[in-house]
Amino acid sequence: MEDGIVLTMRGISISFPGVKALNNVDFTLRRGEIHALMGENGAGKSTLIKVLTGVYEKDAGSICIEGRDGEANIHSPQQAQNLGISTVYQEITLCPNLTVAENMFIGRTKDRIVRWREYEKRTTEILDNLGIPARASQELSHCSLAVQQMVAIARAVDMKCKVLILDEPTSSLDDKEVAMLFKLMRELKERGVGIIFVTHFLEQVYEVSDRITVLRGGELVGEYLVSELPQVQLVAKMMGKSLDDLAELERIGQKSAAGEETVYEAKDLSSAECRPFDFRIRRGEVNGFTGLLGSGRSESVRAIFGADQVTGGRVTIKGKPVRITKPHDAIRSGIGYLPENRRRDGIIADLSVRDNIILALQVIKGMNHPISRAEAEAFADEYIEALQIKTASKDTPIRSLSGGNQQKVILARWLLTHPQYLILDEPTRGIDVGTKLEIQKLVLKLAEEGMSVTFISSEIEEMLRTCSRLIVMRDRKIVGELTGDELTQAQVMKTIAGGEARDENE
Amino acid sequence: MKTNKRSFSGLGQLLIPLVALAILIVFNIFRDISFFSIDLRFNNSGNMVLTGNLVSIIDSASELAIIAMGMTLVTAACGGQDISVGAVGAISGAVFVKVLQGMGAITIGTMLIAFALCCLATIVFKLFNGMLVAVFRIQPMIATLILYSCARSIAYWINGDATPQLRNEIISAIGKTIPGIPVPTPIFAVILVGLLLFLIFKFTSLRLYIQSVGINEGAARLNGINPTRIKLISFILLGVCVSVAGLIGVCRLGQLNHKTLLVDIEMDAILAVAIGGNSLGGGRFRLSGSILGAYIIQMLTTTLYAMNVAPVNVKAYKAIVIIIIVVAGSPVVKNKLTALWNRLRSGPARESARKEGVS
Repeated sequence: MEDGIVLTMRGISISFPGVKALNNVDFTLRRGEIHALMGENGAGKSTLIKVLTGVYEKDAGSICIEGRDGEANIHSPQQAQNLGISTVYQEITLCPNLTVAENMFIGRTKDRIVRWREYEKRTTEILDNLGIPARASQELSHCSLAVQQMVAIARAVDMKCKVLILDEPTSSLDDKEVAMLFKLMRELKERGVGIIFVTHFLEQVYEVSDRITVLRGGELVGEYLVSELPQVQLVAKMMGKSLDDLAELERIGQKSAAGEETVYEAKDLSSAECRPFDFRIRRGEVNGFTGLLGSGRSESVRAIFGADQVTGGRVTIKGKPVRITKPHDAIRSGIGYLPENRRRDGIIADLSVRDNIILALQVIKGMNHPISRAEAEAFADEYIEALQIKTASKDTPIRSLSGGNQQKVILARWLLTHPQYLILDEPTRGIDVGTKLEIQKLVLKLAEEGMSVTFISSEIEEMLRTCSRLIVMRDRKIVGELTGDELTQAQVMKTIAGGEARDENE
Repeated sequence: MKTNKRSFSGLGQLLIPLVALAILIVFNIFRDISFFSIDLRFNNSGNMVLTGNLVSIIDSASELAIIAMGMTLVTAACGGQDISVGAVGAISGAVFVKVLQGMGAITIGTMLIAFALCCLATIVFKLFNGMLVAVFRIQPMIATLILYSCARSIAYWINGDATPQLRNEIISAIGKTIPGIPVPTPIFAVILVGLLLFLIFKFTSLRLYIQSVGINEGAARLNGINPTRIKLISFILLGVCVSVAGLIGVCRLGQLNHKTLLVDIEMDAILAVAIGGNSLGGGRFRLSGSILGAYIIQMLTTTLYAMNVAPVNVKAYKAIVIIIIVVAGSPVVKNKLTALWNRLRSGPARESARKEGVS
């Protein structure tokens, strides 16, 4: 093994039923470096981490660890830990009701007699050593989230780990806490620990990392030195577009010209999850929110729909002021919302396709006006036909349908309510290419018929094809709005990455 | 997996309880066919009534069947059970008797008023449970444990330690039989409550809402359903069921005993829901399954008594049979059985294909 390399993964492949999650991926980690693992959702970051930590069994490939001859045998998280690979997850996996010292040593000591006094002493030393602001005898739940995370890291370090994996460690920390965490990461780097840093925050990557490995769709895109990869190029690599092949995008259909009438308008709308923003959409317009994951695009539309607790703002629909504080209000005002996470928020898994289709319309009609069985059957038939939903029968539970067909059922649910404004958050995620195109065509057709649509997708070309206006978000703020000639991939990426980044391919 | 699920839709849920019932019946046919004999006899008050084991099974399971229906709804909406039904039933009976005694004469009018008030009281207590579950998101078992432990004391405060006797034609007409009608009245009460719920489900979309909330509360909310409201409604309906069961319990004995009224019924009711093939984790439900479950439990008890099993041992034997029913209805056994069934049906060609798939 080359000097200074602590971990090599070569040709890692793993498949799940129907998906090739990782295809021939290489990854190298050097001693004393912070190595960012980047990629959009579904790129394979978590899968790679889980292969490394023994949660998943790889189909092919090899893993070598410094100081061990030959391939490392990793079949369980315990084995990974014994080899010096430790993971600190986004959600804390320690025991909040135990003290810091107890958490540091629980499950690690082989002593028959537990000597807490000594453990506390050692814990205090470690904490001081790493500059972690916590006391050994303190109950962990009394520490801030950042400190809890640092305790988890300290535990890993004390277990002589060579490879430390930090999976989205900063997602729930504020700026000050992030700075604290980075200080600790740099300290560990000095000591020669190799750190794998998984995050969605671009700026943080550039602040703290030495190297970046980019994955996309389960494949390796490349490994880069941070100093050699401008932010805008990183974005391009994550999204899978080289900057010069933007030129000709095949358009599915003519983008419909938006009408003059404003259908929905929000001023200073804010929710528990998003900062105040202004937004409006006109009749027959298709717009999109774009930005990397975690940029706040989903949170914004959830605020519009009242899915999260709305904390302020004024909303008008066709000029009339309305109060939308819960989904029910939005639905009654003619807004439909297809959520980002179909499995968790969209489908009612055990209910039949028919019941899933009529659900929202039933809510609009109210509890005392049930849709009769015959009507429900007719609606189901109509939309199964119109959207070509492949299902064994109307009575089949929706969970036994494929992802794409489940998505069509949820679409049918909202189309049945004839909304004036339809929000589609990632309607094309995790479904096959054919269905993706069908959904995009459908969006354009609906807009032509006068419906206003917000269309969100991680795949930027889908949005460029369908949207006539793109709202760009970064770090939970709207940082730009693109229309007309500005709707090019290069422009979108530049805006996402931040104005200051220069595009070298131009 | 997918094919398994499909073949178990439709009647599938009722398969296990129906088979269990069939086995009980066949067992009794071979044991002693006279178990099923039904006679028309004069009772003590000189009315023609139907008697026999079957009548007594269906009659004495009435309270259980009614409460099991309400329990099914709470289970479906909240994914948990209300264990205070028996104890709150005692409050219901106590309020009923107190009001009735307060008004003096027992007439149909005063009965209706007393029932309306006890119904109201029960709903209030059930809403207390519902609030803990739906608003404060306390686990149903814990939330209802409070009233489970203290409701009988509340019943005691209402009526004191007395066990008031209610000797009256109207009372016995409700608890036993109406003169001229040979079928015990409690059976009609089951039908009435069943019909009430059937009509509610027919003329509202409550069934869809309850199932949606039980399966995926978050998604239900995003579709404009208010899960808190739906859960509270399920508790209100359970409250109505409990007060009807309390009324029957009081009228059947013609007296109120707050210590024994509907005692231990909560566990049997939960069992009835489970035997009926309903998931105790909430979601889809079938009231008919729970009613069937109630009759199976009662038939089991009566069979054991008919076999001269000593009362002390009845519970133990009952437990053995219930273990068998519950295991037979468990997902693991169900899937195995369905796989076996599919294999038998589709012949050897697919069997080999399946094996390849497995290996």
